[in-house]
Amino acid sequence: MSLALSTQLICFLLLSGALLLGALGVVLLPNVVYSAFLLGGVLLSMAGLYLLLNASFVAAAQVLVYVGAVNVLILFAIMLVNKRQPLRPMRVLLLRRLLSVGVCLGLLALLVQVALTTPWDLPGPPSIGEAAITRIGEHFFTDYLLPFEVASVLLLMAMIGAIVLARRDVLARDVVTGAPADQALLERQRPPLLPSQDGSSPSAPSP
Amino acid sequence: MMPITDIPLQAYLVVAAVLFCIGVWGLINSRNAVRVLMSIELMLNAVNLNMMAFSSYLDGTQVRGQVFAVFIITVAAAEAAVGLAILLSLYRNRDTVDMEQFNLLRW
Repeated sequence: MSLALSTQLICFLLLSGALLLGALGVVLLPNVVYSAFLLGGVLLSMAGLYLLLNASFVAAAQVLVYVGAVNVLILFAIMLVNKRQPLRPMRVLLLRRLLSVGVCLGLLALLVQVALTTPWDLPGPPSIGEAAITRIGEHFFTDYLLPFEVASVLLLMAMIGAIVLARRDVLARDVVTGAPADQALLERQRPPLLPSQDGSSPSAPSP
Repeated sequence: MMPITDIPLQAYLVVAAVLFCIGVWGLINSRNAVRVLMSIELMLNAVNLNMMAFSSYLDGTQVRGQVFAVFIITVAAAEAAVGLAILLSLYRNRDTVDMEQFNLLRW
């Protein structure tokens, strides 16, 4: 990318700061709706970092797929399962959190150590800049053709699987009487399959 | 000391490592199932950032890292769709999104 070094540095620092602060907000904020919107900000900052790394095509794909599809999907999921319930208090929650902080810091130390001590083969070949889009297309239709086609099959399978998992069973006619089913009843409370946590047995479906 | 002529590759790797660790922490500690899925997205994005950094710094002519990143984005989209469908199904059956109450398979 043909930017001055100082501009690149400022962009990198701003985008990294937004990325990391947003990621912390995603995992730490108590309200999950704020988390979802912050996740959109994180994904947009990531697209900006891709632009700094000479990858305009992947940046566009990131904005389209992640911000446009995945984040909206997550917001819809929050809307559908938005149940305001006080979480059951856990006994050793604080201890668990501190322990996992230790584990994550250890993992971070390991990763940073590897990144800083590995003798990378720098500088590599010069970047081809905007011609990368052409090169990606060549890759997709020559040596990565099979993964490219398998990805479409994967997306089809994911689509069918999501529909099968999330749909409700709808009967157009009442099984007993044969009368047309009352569509309002489709939203009725369904008896849970398992006994609920407070010990009460699942209530029998009302006739 | 050599003057800095470019953003070092290690800077991107460290940012990606921090993002990955934040994702791992969120994955372990979240009690809302939707937030678990968001943490997984964070981790996938950290891996993508590594791919793009290597592609730009070490493989500038054959941008294979970008090809891999596109595949990872595809798989992540499929994962999000199926994961949220499973979440909806779980919510209908258990009537909660608290991860601590999905303990049917707990030993």
